[in-house]
Amino acid sequence: MSVLEILDSMEYGPAPEARDQADAWLAAHKGSFKLFIGGKWRAAKSGDSFATYNPADGKKLGVLSQAGKADVNAAVKAARAAQGNWAAIGGHARARYLYALARLVQKHSRLLAVLETLDNGKTVRETRDIDVPLVARHFYHHAGWAQLMKTEFPDQQAVGVVGQVIPWNFPLLMLAWKIAPALATGNTVVMKPAEYTSLTALLFAEICEEAGLPAGVVNIVTGDGRTGEMIVEHKDVDKIAFTGSTGVGRRIREITAGSGKKLSLELGGKSPFIVFEDADLDSAVEGVVDAIWFNQGQVCCAGSRLLVQEGIADRFLKKLRARMATLRVGDPLDKTMDMGAIVDPIQKKRIADLVEAGVAEGAELWQADDAMPKKGCFYPPTLLTGVEPSSTVAREEIFGPVLVAMTFRTPGEAVALANDTNYGLAASVWSENINLALDVSPNIKAGVVWVNCTNQFDAGVGFGGYRDSGFGREGGREGMFEYMKPVKSAAFTPEKIITLPASAKPVGDMPTIDRTAKLYVGGKQARPDGGYSIPVLGADGSVLGQVGDGNRKDIRNAVDAARKATAWSSASTHNRAQVVYYIAENLSARADEFTDRIRAMTGASLKNATREVEASVERLFTYGAWADKYDGAVHSPPLRGVAMAMNEPLGVMGLVCPDEAPLLAFVSLMAPAIAMGNRAIIIPSPVHPLAATDFYQVLETSDVPGGVVNIVTGARDDLTKTLSEHEEVDAIWYAGSTEGSEMVERASARDLKQTWVNNGQARNWYDLAQAEGREYLRRATQVKNIWIPYGE
Amino acid sequence: MSAKIERLRPIKSSKAANSSTTAATDHDRNPGTALDLDWVESLAVNRSAVERRTASLGGRRTVKKAWQAAWLLKAVSCIDLTTLAGDDTPGRVRRLCAKAKQPVRQEVLDQLGAGDLELTTGAICVYHAMVPTAVAALEGTNIPVAAVSTGFPAGLTPMDTKLREIKSSVRAGAEEIDIVITRGNVLTGNWKALYKEVVAFRDACGEAHMKTILGTGDLVTLRNVAKASAVCMMAGADFIKTSTGKESVNATLPVSLVMIRMIRDYYERTGVKIGYKPAGGVSTAKDAMAYLALMKEELGRDWLEPELFRFGASSLLGDIERQLEHNATGRYAATWRQPMA
Repeated sequence: MSVLEILDSMEYGPAPEARDQADAWLAAHKGSFKLFIGGKWRAAKSGDSFATYNPADGKKLGVLSQAGKADVNAAVKAARAAQGNWAAIGGHARARYLYALARLVQKHSRLLAVLETLDNGKTVRETRDIDVPLVARHFYHHAGWAQLMKTEFPDQQAVGVVGQVIPWNFPLLMLAWKIAPALATGNTVVMKPAEYTSLTALLFAEICEEAGLPAGVVNIVTGDGRTGEMIVEHKDVDKIAFTGSTGVGRRIREITAGSGKKLSLELGGKSPFIVFEDADLDSAVEGVVDAIWFNQGQVCCAGSRLLVQEGIADRFLKKLRARMATLRVGDPLDKTMDMGAIVDPIQKKRIADLVEAGVAEGAELWQADDAMPKKGCFYPPTLLTGVEPSSTVAREEIFGPVLVAMTFRTPGEAVALANDTNYGLAASVWSENINLALDVSPNIKAGVVWVNCTNQFDAGVGFGGYRDSGFGREGGREGMFEYMKPVKSAAFTPEKIITLPASAKPVGDMPTIDRTAKLYVGGKQARPDGGYSIPVLGADGSVLGQVGDGNRKDIRNAVDAARKATAWSSASTHNRAQVVYYIAENLSARADEFTDRIRAMTGASLKNATREVEASVERLFTYGAWADKYDGAVHSPPLRGVAMAMNEPLGVMGLVCPDEAPLLAFVSLMAPAIAMGNRAIIIPSPVHPLAATDFYQVLETSDVPGGVVNIVTGARDDLTKTLSEHEEVDAIWYAGSTEGSEMVERASARDLKQTWVNNGQARNWYDLAQAEGREYLRRATQVKNIWIPYGE
Repeated sequence: MSAKIERLRPIKSSKAANSSTTAATDHDRNPGTALDLDWVESLAVNRSAVERRTASLGGRRTVKKAWQAAWLLKAVSCIDLTTLAGDDTPGRVRRLCAKAKQPVRQEVLDQLGAGDLELTTGAICVYHAMVPTAVAALEGTNIPVAAVSTGFPAGLTPMDTKLREIKSSVRAGAEEIDIVITRGNVLTGNWKALYKEVVAFRDACGEAHMKTILGTGDLVTLRNVAKASAVCMMAGADFIKTSTGKESVNATLPVSLVMIRMIRDYYERTGVKIGYKPAGGVSTAKDAMAYLALMKEELGRDWLEPELFRFGASSLLGDIERQLEHNATGRYAATWRQPMA
């Protein structure tokens, strides 16, 4: 095209990024790649392989090894062998290695960017300007955490060998998010990149070699889901970190149930993008571009549900359609493209099918009529209007460049619509009114809220979800805990599960000897739904009394009551502190009564029973103290603004008590949960439940609002199963048997509840390091990061 | 101006034909509207979001090879070649006018295959005292003379002096008048006074096109910039222009994005296309490309013509010439090989 013709059209013309270096790298490997295990490159034992393609032109880039069982075993073995020394060399030495990795990523930045674009199909602008710089930033930031680990986390240690399975949408960035914190904290890793996009992980393995990283610290095994499953199932892996689909996340939760493996899951999303009428609409339109047409919409936190205030909806959508017309879709190596290729034809078909389903359900389709590339795997920017919350496309994660739009009338309705989803990963809120933005943000159930921005990421700011979006955080101080475990002050002992004697089986209408405790639900004593009671035997075998035999419906009622007690979660921390202290005061007033009860139930000496009551009062004081002191943080990501890391209560928690220390354990689980603003359903020890049932009167006299603490006595694991399966329970703490622990984790897989189980290991409830403190607070909360860029 | 634009475009282009027809019907004058204070008060600008957009645009859009050459030539055609210094003399202004007539060496244009372009800059921009010299120097060309006016740069001379200054410049042959607004009216939110002032300026301009300088460096906030842009357009500005070049901060991409989004709003509300002129601080070819991309992205192809887009610049042309020579020859060019402006 001549200069004069261009002067007329003023088109952009091609601006291709050179790929010769990436091609040379592929050629140097003769298009065939091995596994990186124990610092050596080795072919898969089975010799199996699979091909990887450039989605932009469908051409084969290379052949990768399909790691099998022998290979995964070898990788885990290498990681295990390396771990002790890797932890022992200390934070400073690890910091040096991580610093070297950061520097080398920068040194090879363009090769990494171009290779990523070739393998994934995302635009080179994104790999060059976003992915690779964030990768380097992640290693720098975590080099710092390695350096500071000893002083900042003195009571924490590495988990051990970590299995990591990452997705194809940000291949290298997800690798960095996984490997950097794992290495910083002294873990070694076995990483499986996604089968569509393994090349940059293999190049990264070469960078590890270049950095002189000790053999076995990082092991990269390529393969499909089978390989991932082998890692997840492996007995000698201590933790699994997974980013990917909710379906696979559930499966991993099920497989690892009862294994004692630590787990973090970063899963899908259907994140709301909320535009209020007072927003800077043009900037909000640009925000939508960054929300849903970033990386072709193949982003777990993509702002895929546009919620726009009704009065401005027409105007906003008009602006949005006009903006869509200037989006450029094409060769991802062309520097002027806004969108590249969809990663694989299978994904493209899924997107197209979902859009078709949306249209069939009545959605109105708008796609920019910009010329799409004739060849390659591309899908146009798409807007679906006329969508309702009930539409398939409003609920399903499409994982493509497809935005669905709905309207709302009031801030409350915006929040309700935003939360009307299985997911809870991220949200974007657009308003020029700081009161409105800061009121709405905490009410959205999502791990990240971006005010007047979207898709902002930083190594220093935690990222992760609520609900079906998984649990755990990546980045920042909060993310470090996913790769550490407490240094135990003393070994836990196996939990002694006491089975009820046959004579203690539920009996109907048996005359009470002492008194029959009911259940405690919604601030009232309630008869068990089933109308049965269980006798409680004393240490001497005599019947001390009876407690209600709770059933499924009692759990349901207790959860209902807890669900409704929302005011507790938004009560001031001072208010919650006062209530917790007041509980302590009232328990102390009845100390003798509780001492007697403990002695009668457990046969404890006067001294020991007195000690348990005293320790319980003290524990309540501890959490009364903590209630207004467990502050969040203000992160300083690289922008003019702040990211507020708020510690939010999880919501409704199920707390399952062990048989030992029936009062102290009960209090130790209840107090941190409610001090942090959760509402609890507590299942006391079935053999020693009377300390808990006696506690009703303490609660009643202590201004604890109805529904904040609910107590259901009965068969522990049956009730726990119902609790674990209840979708309105946000988290379970379980202190019981090994089997019960596994059951809780398995039953929680469906709705991806946060669980904390003891795997049948009893704590010493008198050991402060085990029985109270920050770990409990951390487990009773989750961090929400609210990004607030500012500037007039 | 229409003839010049026609020259800039290949004759065969249908777009060029359309454009010159509309130009002939004088579509580009802005009749203005009544002052709509509701619109002014409703304006919201999020600075961080605006900065993100402009910061990422450079990575999203670029032009290479022949496209780069064409875009650079386009930029030249949009330059208001400017001298606004206390030491301006007729000799200096004549040299500038000579440069405006032949902004790029003919041999370079020939090498680029654009020898027939008859490329000129968009205008010459001078103080009132230099208008007669410039008009005489540009006789026989279609290059308009723009005069800065109304007590430029501070704009704090008496109103009747300002109006007389405009009329004098128009009488002296200035076809474009770059007025400065009273920034205090923006800083105190006195939109009625601002509107009234600009309406009076526009009236004094008569047939001459009016560019309204907001003095964005003095207005400080983007919200002020947005509101001032809206009021000036309602008051009849043909162009809105960022700066005098004398403020501590002059044209920036974020300020530009806010102003051109206001132009888009005004166009959507009235169907009238307002021109945009960033001035001061645009000094490299790379800067110029970023501005052109911003105009194309936010306002579209129509705003890539001198009738709707100008750079207010003095040193920009020199850098563009060197880039054009590099584009034509593959060699990095020396400053001294380009004739001085």
